[in-house]
Amino acid sequence: MVTKDTILSWLEEVCDPEIPVLSLSDLGVLRGVSYLNDEWVITITPTYSGCPAMKTMEDDVLAKLKEHGISNVRVELVLSPAWTTDWLSEEGRRKLKAFGIAPPEDEVDKSVLFAAPTIVPCPKCGSRETKMVSQFGSTACKAHYQCLSCLEPYDYFKCLK
Amino acid sequence: MKNEALYNYVLHMGDDSLVLGQRLGEWCGHGPILEEDIAMTNISLDLIGQAMSLLDYAAEIERQGKDHDALAYLRFENQYRNVLLVEQPNGDFADTMMRQFLFDAFRKPLYEKLTASSDAQIAAIAEKSLKETRYHLKHTSEWIIRLGDGTDESHDRAQKALDNLWRYTNELFYETEEAKSLVMAGIVPPMSEIKILWKQTVEAVFTEATLVIPTNNWQFEGGRRGVHSEHLGYLLAELQYMQRAYPNMKW
Repeated sequence: MVTKDTILSWLEEVCDPEIPVLSLSDLGVLRGVSYLNDEWVITITPTYSGCPAMKTMEDDVLAKLKEHGISNVRVELVLSPAWTTDWLSEEGRRKLKAFGIAPPEDEVDKSVLFAAPTIVPCPKCGSRETKMVSQFGSTACKAHYQCLSCLEPYDYFKCLK
Repeated sequence: MKNEALYNYVLHMGDDSLVLGQRLGEWCGHGPILEEDIAMTNISLDLIGQAMSLLDYAAEIERQGKDHDALAYLRFENQYRNVLLVEQPNGDFADTMMRQFLFDAFRKPLYEKLTASSDAQIAAIAEKSLKETRYHLKHTSEWIIRLGDGTDESHDRAQKALDNLWRYTNELFYETEEAKSLVMAGIVPPMSEIKILWKQTVEAVFTEATLVIPTNNWQFEGGRRGVHSEHLGYLLAELQYMQRAYPNMKW
């Protein structure tokens, strides 16, 4: 009988379709694996409510397990506890940066209005002289920044708490 | 149906999110600048995602074997229960930002209170959606201030948008008779509480934006009873076209 750890190690190869360097577990989207009534239940949670990648992630999980001969499996979507960038693993943060996406910074703005902008160091040159171009980027989980030192435009994996 | 009051409440919220999400999506490819085009469609995506969660839950309560798609694509406009504010046309950028700001300032405290709901699924949806809504409110507040306290032209347009849309704000706090039973059960907060919090936010931002709240307080209502402005029919015609033309099609 296959163990939970084996399933987890296989799922380590399932990546975010938009950020292919991150596995679902790096991203914190993979919430659990359990065996219940002769069925594997893989629990995932969306980063954002409307994340269009969720269906692809579900299909990819099913396809990966099928490769290993497992078909008695169900993917369950849970909303609570709500995903937070705190669940992004250290490994995940490192991979993001190497991929050219600035990992989430701890934002101080608990107040919604008039918060000071966050300093997001450039993932290429490390400069702290950067500016936010837009609060919204190429996907729901990213904002758009530009480095004022090396001029590189880059994505910032925005902090969500 | 087990709980009609709960079904209607969740449907109201789902319809608000869906219709506003669809409206914002109309900006796709037409935003005044690329960054705003992306911002509005990102917010649209969040709203449609929230609508999916809410309408799925409504369908679950209804127990008629439906899902979010059935509720979104196969109801007519008099079966939609969204407030009139969200179906108002996009107008110019100031109109869109004003509509969004007035709504975000309402949704944020509502979701905050709903995270403490005695209904676990409502609390879960609220917990998830709150994080997104905070971000939206931050974005729209900043724009209202930038437009209002900007050039003469942007100020005038923002003021005009406020004068026009203010008439639709009271309906946000419309509380049906049956919703009062949900308040008693600790499932939803009383709207009077939300209104106080909403008012604090909008007054603070309008002061900063040098915009004046209209003194004429005549208000529209009807959306929660299925009585809509002419605009909703056109919006739904576009939203529902594929399912109406090719029933049960999937892709």
